[in-house]
Amino acid sequence: MSANQDGTNLLEVRGLTKIFGTLTACDHIDLDIARGEIHALLGENGAGKSTLVKMLFGSLEPNAGEIFWNGQAVRISSPGVAKKLGIGMVFQHFSLFEALTAAENIALSLDDGSPISSIAAKARALSFSYGLPLDPESLVGDLSVGERQRIEIIRCLLQTPQLIILDEPTSVLTPQEADKLFETLERLRSEGKSILYISHRLEEVKRICDRATVLRHGKVVGHCNPREETASSLARMMVGNEVQAVVRAPVEGIATALPLLEIRNLSRKPATPFSIPLKGINLNVRAGEVIGIAGVAGNGQGEFFESVSGEVLQQDAVSVRIRGRDAGGLTITGRRLLGAAFVPEERLGHGAAPRMKLSENLLLSRHATDGKAFVGSGGMVKSAAIQAASQRIIEAMDVRKSAPDPEAAALSGGNLQKFIVGRELDRRPSVMVVNQPTWGVDAGAAAHIRQALIELSRSGSAVLVISQDLDELFEISDAIAVMHNGELSKPMPIAEATFEKVGLLMGGAEPGHAEHTLETA
Amino acid sequence: MDITVNILLTIATAATPLLIAAIGELVVERSGVLNLGVEGMMIMGAVGGFGATYLTGSPWIGLLAAIAMGAVFSLLFAVMTLSLATNQVATGLSLTLLGLGLSGMMGTSFVGQPGERLPNLYIPGLTEIPVVGRLLFGQDPIFYISIALTAAVMWFLFKTRTGLTLRSIGDSHTSAHALGIKVIRYRYLAVIFGGACAGLAGGHLSLVYTPQWVENMSAGRGWIALALVVFASWRPWRVLAGAYIFGAVWIGQLHAQAFGIPVPSQFLSSLPYLATVVVLVLISRNKRLTMMNTPASLGQPFVPDR
Repeated sequence: MSANQDGTNLLEVRGLTKIFGTLTACDHIDLDIARGEIHALLGENGAGKSTLVKMLFGSLEPNAGEIFWNGQAVRISSPGVAKKLGIGMVFQHFSLFEALTAAENIALSLDDGSPISSIAAKARALSFSYGLPLDPESLVGDLSVGERQRIEIIRCLLQTPQLIILDEPTSVLTPQEADKLFETLERLRSEGKSILYISHRLEEVKRICDRATVLRHGKVVGHCNPREETASSLARMMVGNEVQAVVRAPVEGIATALPLLEIRNLSRKPATPFSIPLKGINLNVRAGEVIGIAGVAGNGQGEFFESVSGEVLQQDAVSVRIRGRDAGGLTITGRRLLGAAFVPEERLGHGAAPRMKLSENLLLSRHATDGKAFVGSGGMVKSAAIQAASQRIIEAMDVRKSAPDPEAAALSGGNLQKFIVGRELDRRPSVMVVNQPTWGVDAGAAAHIRQALIELSRSGSAVLVISQDLDELFEISDAIAVMHNGELSKPMPIAEATFEKVGLLMGGAEPGHAEHTLETA
Repeated sequence: MDITVNILLTIATAATPLLIAAIGELVVERSGVLNLGVEGMMIMGAVGGFGATYLTGSPWIGLLAAIAMGAVFSLLFAVMTLSLATNQVATGLSLTLLGLGLSGMMGTSFVGQPGERLPNLYIPGLTEIPVVGRLLFGQDPIFYISIALTAAVMWFLFKTRTGLTLRSIGDSHTSAHALGIKVIRYRYLAVIFGGACAGLAGGHLSLVYTPQWVENMSAGRGWIALALVVFASWRPWRVLAGAYIFGAVWIGQLHAQAFGIPVPSQFLSSLPYLATVVVLVLISRNKRLTMMNTPASLGQPFVPDR
C-alpha cells in the first residue's frame, strides 16, 4: 500500500491555500500521496476538491503553500508543467474536442511531434491492453459518455504519468462500465502508479481506495482508511453531522390511480447531427407515484425532457397528455397552466437567469400560472407578493445565501437547485418533471430535495425524475424505466429492480424485448 | 478568343482580394476569434500600400507596406479582444469604422495622384502560349500568392499538428487550456495573420485592381470576405470557389449591363451576392460536415482563471 522504498512520498502538499475574493476555497491543505496507492479525496460540493486538484494540475495558481514532487519543491504554473512532471488528469467535465476524431484528441495532448497515424495505432494497442476498446477514427461528438471517458483515460495513459487524477469518473458510467474502470485502476496501481480519486460515491471509495483525505469547507478534516469505515461514517466526516435518510412510504392502490401524465408513442427526429432521436416512447405516471428514468447521459434524456416540458412541440397533440388533456401542441406555459411543473438539468442559463435576482427568476417562471398573485392590473409587477413568495420558498427549502435577494449566479449549485425545485414545489403542481434533480448537489441538499419530491407524490401528484444517479433513483422511485438510445424500457417496479438489471438495460440489453430484437436481426 | 481571355483575367482580378481576405479571416475564425474588422484592415492596407508606393516609387515596397499595415492594425484588435477580453463583435465593428476614417484622413494628399501598378508576371516563351499562357503565366504576383496561400492554409489546418492545435482551440478554448495549450498566443498569431492577409487584399486594390487611391475604395469587399467564410463553412477550398463565383458573376453582370439587356440594373448588381449565397448554401447542405467544421467557441472571449 504505502510503497515508500526511499522514504519519500510521490507527492506532498503543505499548506496549500487558494482564495477567490472573500471565499477561501482551500485553506492550508496538507496531502500526501504514496507511490502505488489509490488515494481518495472526499468532500461535499464546495468543499474545495476541484480547486485543490486544479492547483495540482496547474490550471489554478495557489495563493500560498508548497507542493513537493518526489521530495523536490516544485511550482506547477501550467498544465504543461504538470504533464512534464508526470501528472495526468481525467476531468469531470471532459476536456475533449467534439468536432475532432479520437486520435486527433489524443494527439493534441502529446507533445512529442509523432504523426497522427502512429498515435492512432498506439492508442488502439494501449486501449486493447487495458480492455478499453476504442476506434481512433471515430468522431468524439458521436461517442457515448463512457467511450469519451475511455479517450480521456487513454490520453492520460499515453503520457505515462506517475500520478493520475480522476475527478468523479463514475458519475457518467453504467455500473458495468464502472467495474471495468476499477479493473483498469487496480492494474495501474499494480504497475506502481499513484491515483488520486475524487468521488462522492462512498461505496466505490470503500471498494478500491487505500487511503482517504476528507475535506470540508476548504479544510482537511481527517485522514482514514476507507476499508475500515462504513459509508455512513464517511458521510458523517464529509458533512460534519448525520445526513438525514430519505424516507419513502409505500403507496397502495397505485394500479387504479388516475394517470396524470401520459406519454403516448412519442417520437422525435434528431434536431442536430449529435442528438438522439426518440423512438415511440410510452409511459404513464399516476397520481401518487414517483417514476424514475435511468440511463447513461446522452441517450435521449435531454431530448425527452424537452419534448415533455414543451420546449419542443409535438406534431401529434396526443403524444403528451397532462391531466387527461392533450398537451403535445402546447407551449411550456400552456402545459404549466394545466398543472405541470418542470425543472431542467442546467441550473444556470436554463433553470434560472444567472444575472437576475431570485425574486425575478421566480416571476419569470410563474408569471403565467400565478398571474393574479404576482402581476396586478395594467401589467404592474407586485414586488411585495413576489418577495414574500420568494422568502417562503427559501425557508421551505433551507436555501443558504449571502444577501437577502441575491443574483442566481451568486448561489452555490446546491442552494440554487434547492431554490429552483422549491419554486416549482411551491405551486403544488399535479405533475412534476425533473431532470437530474441533484446533479452536483451535496449530500445534505440532495436528501432534502429527494424527500420533497417523495412528499409531493404522496400528496397526490405524479412525479417523473430523470437521473443518472442510480442510488438516487433506487431511493425515491416507485418504478424505474431505462432510457437507451432514444428508447424507453417498461417501468420496473422498485421491488423487482436491482442494480444489475437496470445496469444491463442502461448498457443496451433488452430482456423485455427479446422477440423484438430477434425480428430486426 | 481574346475577349474570353480578358474576361477570365478580370474575373481573377476581382476574386483575388476577396480570396486573400477571406482565407486570412478563415484562419482567425478557426482559432475561435470573430474579427469583423476585415473591411477596416483592408482599407488600411490599401492606403498603406498606395502611400508607400507613392513615397518610394516601388510598388514592391508598397506591397510589403500593405501587409504590415494590416498586421499592425489587427494587433490593435488582438490586444483589445484577447488581452483585455472585450466583446469581439463590438471591437471588430469599431475597427472597421476606425479604419475607414483613418485611411480617409491619411490618404487626403494621395487623392488624384497617379499610382504605380505591380507588374504582371512575364516569362518569355510561356506567357506567349495562346489562351492558357496569359492565364497561367501572365498575371499579377498577388494572384499567385492567393492561390499558394489557399493551398498552404489547407495543408496547415488539416495536415500539421500546429493546425490541429489551432482548430482545437476554435472548438473549445477551455479544453485546450486544460491541455496546456497557449490559447491566447495562438489566437494572437492567428489574428495577426488575418490582418496581414486583409492588408495584402487591400494592397491588391490600390496596387493592381485600380492603381490609385480613392476613399472607401474597399467598397464592402471586407464584408463579402467575412460572409464567404461563413457560407463556405470554414473550409478553404470552398472559400476559393465562393470568391471565384462571386468574381465571375460580378464581371458577368457588368458586361450584361454594358450590353443593355432589358433587366433592371439593380437586379443585375445584386446577382453576385445571390449566386454566391445560393451556391455555397447548396454545397454546405451536409449538416454534419458543417457542424464538424464550425468553430464552436467562435466569438467567445477567453479568460483563463488563475
